[in-house]
Amino acid sequence: MSTVKLTVNGKAVSVDVEDRTLLVHVLRDHLNLTGTHVGCDTSQCGACVVHMDGKAVKSCTMLAGQADGSSVTTIEGIAKGDELHPMQAAFRDNHGLQCGYCTPGMIMSAIDIVQRHHSQGSGGQLDEATVRQELEGNICRCTGYHNIVKAVLDAAGRMKVAQAAE
Amino acid sequence: MYQTTYHRASSVDEAASLFGKSSEAKFLAGGQTLLPVMKQRLAGPSDVIDLSKIKDMIGVEAAGDTLTIKAATPHYDVATSDAAKKAIPALAYLASLIGDPAVRYRGTIGGSIANNDPAADYPAALLALGATVKTNKRSIPAEDFFQGLFTTALEDGEIITAVSFPVPAKAGYAKMRHPASRFALTAVFVAQTKSGEIRVAATGASQSGVMRVGAIEAALKANWSPSAIDSVSIPASGLLSDIHGTSEYRANLVKVMAQRAVAAAG
Ligand SMILES: Cc1cc2nc3c(=O)[nH]c(=O)nc-3n(C[C@H](O)[C@H](O)[C@H](O)COP(=O)(O)OP(=O)(O)OC[C@H]3O[C@@H](n4cnc5c(N)ncnc54)[C@H](O)[C@@H]3O)c2cc1C
Ligand code: FES
Ligand code: FES
Repeated sequence: MSTVKLTVNGKAVSVDVEDRTLLVHVLRDHLNLTGTHVGCDTSQCGACVVHMDGKAVKSCTMLAGQADGSSVTTIEGIAKGDELHPMQAAFRDNHGLQCGYCTPGMIMSAIDIVQRHHSQGSGGQLDEATVRQELEGNICRCTGYHNIVKAVLDAAGRMKVAQAAE
Repeated sequence: MYQTTYHRASSVDEAASLFGKSSEAKFLAGGQTLLPVMKQRLAGPSDVIDLSKIKDMIGVEAAGDTLTIKAATPHYDVATSDAAKKAIPALAYLASLIGDPAVRYRGTIGGSIANNDPAADYPAALLALGATVKTNKRSIPAEDFFQGLFTTALEDGEIITAVSFPVPAKAGYAKMRHPASRFALTAVFVAQTKSGEIRVAATGASQSGVMRVGAIEAALKANWSPSAIDSVSIPASGLLSDIHGTSEYRANLVKVMAQRAVAAAG
């Protein structure tokens, strides 16, 4: 057993877990943050993606101990109160989800893609091909991806506007 | 996953000494290979020793005619490193094709070459560029390092600390990605060294892991152009054959990927 200290969605937490515990199980089973999903056992589906210190990672492919001392953001931590994050709003407006199983991982990966391209100075000009390519680690069984890609491109515009306003 | 004990090392020496004190330890870098294997209970190390926070093991540096990538540097850092993009753009490009963005944020060059998956990307670059693997004990030429499927020259407890690549005159990489796993169905790295030597390495093709392709090297030596490879014939014997592609298909891919890699190298 080890004590793992994290900042999750801005709140300091400390959990006592077996060393073999994966980060995703700390989030779901110990902190009751069940928005982060587990969709595979091969690290391929991306349903478990969260942000660790600002980067999109697969929480099913990380021991809790590896995350000790880090700051983790989950799907529960991105809205501002009742106001959805622009990526969440764009998924809703563009019908970017059906069953919703892949959606938390899609949204966390998509936010990472948009932030990365904004910060790399491409002026937020994400194109469809880039979005499709960079969502390769997230599998959706329902939508056929078209509306997910539309949502990400829509959100890229909204996030740029939001960034400029700040 | 079986029970295990997690340790976070803060130096290479500490990692080595932790390894010595455990019964069946394994080093853990990005975890993008080891953790899936542990989850399947195909490995059950008594201890895992995390190398990913060792500061001396992270970074990309160019000095003179050598590009050095420290072993715990994630694929994402290599793909976006200005030093790598300037010295060996084909290597930065290779890193940008590994897995997906989340895998690239975590997975490391040291973990990739220690694992030596027959369809992994980095081994092709190390072999074609004539790189040297630095460990906490010695320096190993790429030629001697890769010893067949999932087998390397590493001794028990030996830690890769860095890989140094001689900067080539020209280099190119082309990969046919498996659409689900994103590993190489077959990929080829071509390089022309500054002394004029031509080296070509293919991954994802051979049953014994990454390999040099002598016939293509000879053709490119006579004429460095994609068309020089048209007449080369690659034997299918000894190549991988599975539900994703026959050995004949892979033999053809070796040629086609080599042609694309030469075109990319210019
Ligand atoms: C979905 C997915 C897609 C992938 N696609 C690709 C792909 O397209 N191409 C590709 O090449 N790879 C791919 N990979 C593998 C990925 O590149 C891994 O990151 C890499 O193979 C292992 O690196 P790691 O740092 O994660 O190592 P770990 O998983 O932490 O370790 C792997 C092995 O290396 C040993 N090790 C690690 N570091 C050292 C060191 N410094 N010294 C000695 N031993 C060490 C460990 O003990 C372990 O045995 C993929 C992985 C996933 C999950
Ligand atoms: S649950 Fe993490 S990648 Fe599928
Ligand atoms: S909406 Fe059902 S898996 Fe994507």
